[in-house]
Amino acid sequence: MYRSHVLVCGGTGCTSSGSEQIINVLEQEIASQGLEKEVKVIKTGCFGLCALGPIMIVYPEGSFYSMVKTDDIPEIVSEHLLKGRIVSRLLYSETVTEDGVKSLNETNFYKKQLRVALRNCGVINPEDIDEYIAYDGYEALGKCLTEYAPEEVISIIKDSGLRGRGGGGFPTGIKWSLARANDADQKYVCCNADEGDPGAFMDRSVLEGDPHVLIEAMAIAGYAIGASQGYVYVRAEYPIAVKRLQIAIDQAREYGLLGNNIFGSDFSFDMELRLGAGAFVCGEETALMTSIEGHRGEPRPRPPFPAQKGLWGKPTILNNVETYSNIPQIILKGADWFASMGTEKSKGTKVFALGGKINNTGLVEVPMGTTLREVVDEIGGGIPNGKRFKAAQTGGPSGGCIPESHFDIPIDYDNLISIGSMMGSGGLIVMDEDTCMVDIAKFFLEFTVDESCGKCVPCRVGTKRMLEILTKITHGTASLDDLDKLEELCYHIKSNSLCGLGQTAPNPVLSTLHFFKDEYMAHVVDKKCPSGVCKSLLSFEIIDDKCKGCTLCARVCPVNAISGEVKKTHVIDKSKCIKCGACMEKCRFDAIVKK
Amino acid sequence: MKSLAELKAIKDRVKSSVNVRDDIHGSIRVVVGMATCGIAAGARPVLNAFTEEVAKRKLEHVAITQTGCIGICQYEPVVEIYTPNGEKTTYVKMTAEKVARIVADHIVNGNVVAEYTIGTNTK
Repeated sequence: MYRSHVLVCGGTGCTSSGSEQIINVLEQEIASQGLEKEVKVIKTGCFGLCALGPIMIVYPEGSFYSMVKTDDIPEIVSEHLLKGRIVSRLLYSETVTEDGVKSLNETNFYKKQLRVALRNCGVINPEDIDEYIAYDGYEALGKCLTEYAPEEVISIIKDSGLRGRGGGGFPTGIKWSLARANDADQKYVCCNADEGDPGAFMDRSVLEGDPHVLIEAMAIAGYAIGASQGYVYVRAEYPIAVKRLQIAIDQAREYGLLGNNIFGSDFSFDMELRLGAGAFVCGEETALMTSIEGHRGEPRPRPPFPAQKGLWGKPTILNNVETYSNIPQIILKGADWFASMGTEKSKGTKVFALGGKINNTGLVEVPMGTTLREVVDEIGGGIPNGKRFKAAQTGGPSGGCIPESHFDIPIDYDNLISIGSMMGSGGLIVMDEDTCMVDIAKFFLEFTVDESCGKCVPCRVGTKRMLEILTKITHGTASLDDLDKLEELCYHIKSNSLCGLGQTAPNPVLSTLHFFKDEYMAHVVDKKCPSGVCKSLLSFEIIDDKCKGCTLCARVCPVNAISGEVKKTHVIDKSKCIKCGACMEKCRFDAIVKK
Repeated sequence: MKSLAELKAIKDRVKSSVNVRDDIHGSIRVVVGMATCGIAAGARPVLNAFTEEVAKRKLEHVAITQTGCIGICQYEPVVEIYTPNGEKTTYVKMTAEKVARIVADHIVNGNVVAEYTIGTNTK
């Protein structure tokens, strides 16, 4: 029996900032103090506050140590674990108050969060099935198999109002009932864990932090639609997730939670992993299934929908990781409980991956209908360096930008679509006043051009043409005609592409054109980049009366474009300048400006 | 896995070992003085005895933590028990043997074991 548990984050974020070494040193120190029978070290999944990693929580006190270094470990062990004196200097500063330490759940980052999909992440050891069971794991599966008919399971999911968390937002219960209605000798349950949106990592966190929830939910789905085989399509770029998921599958088989006659019923179910090689298009459902079958991952027209003809021509359902991770809780707590959270048409919670120009980079889960302002300003801790919020990008390369004027919009599926963005998988990239919106649109277009599978012309050729026009705009060589042509292309590609990738690829351009037309005009008409990002439109100048002639700028200039005598005003030769900005960074007198 | 009972058996077995991660607000807190004086006087076996006794009885909402020197080194090992309504009881000259009775009488049944408290011991 251990009196204290030390939970160290073993998610990808904290692993890359050294949590493995921390665990090693921690175990050595604990052993050298003779505490190995009293204190247990547990490697968990993601806590969500990735910006402050590596993260460690010591129970029962619940002390939250952030940005821990291996050098800090001896102090934590000898002071806190041995003598019970919490090392306040290493605590997450928000939990330290004048009259002591406050609970993590009272901090701004966690206060407004509601964890359903992420409920076990950072709480359990993902490589130990017993811990999952201790937190009500596999009870929902047991309940379904012993108490409910498959139709009843589907109606619970329908009543809950759960919609697909991967992007489209299709009602999950309806998807299941369509697959159930189709008779076949074999059906399949698939999970889309090919999280490809730049900036989104919630699915990875669930796989790393709570892999058993996926197994349980897929088995429930199998029971509901009448399938005995499941496939998880997961990116090979997620090595920790793949490893933990495989461990979880092996443990579930050993316990008979996968296999024949689960819970003594007639129901049998097993599942396998399929690793994706990292093509964005394989997150599209028909391409994903083609890839599972062993072919080149290319989409095909729908209908037939997967519920009719999916994997190997058999009825198939495909849900995203986050969607599945809600299922066991819905079964245990009821459809009404789930439907009581969120907005009228979007029930439950949504996980967002906060990134970009924001203080608390990390994963947050909030009820649907939480406003963007609450997510960015309160939970996210606002924009660093006192900069102003300009826009938030949701939905990755398929989504759009939400400008400041919509900062108070309650986030749900329909509201986001009404302003030209989309929920997507939940990546939320925050941009401040230093971000050029044309440049952002170009960034996403570069991504889609790269990732277009090439099967259909509108996407393959169209996105390339769009990128060319955007490049012209950022170089200051575009005309107003080009802007019209760009918009026309957008609508053409949207309506003619084969799959979701092409149909949504123009969204970043359309939404920035809509909300930030003035920035496009500045690039095209005035040949200026208002945010000072597009290099071709910039020039660096030295202000005469501020320059002290210290020669520092001339010395750091890599191309010797700056000349001048000591104690006299210097001059930049614009024909030589490569606009690297090194001089501006070094100048102590703010004498260099970019225009 | 053949039945729900089998699953529940695993859950019951593991649950008591993960209770330590529950939120301690609203719990009875057992605080063991673990400064140098406390450790020298034998606080470690006392601390472990509390952990084992609480686990054995599968008690929930009991948090066992340590603290530094309480300042009455001659009475170490010292254990303080805080109830959720803020009442504090201080037990002194603790031994592992005394633990079972404190858990049974005080933590489970709410009766302070007067003869182990500081009030009785300083008279």
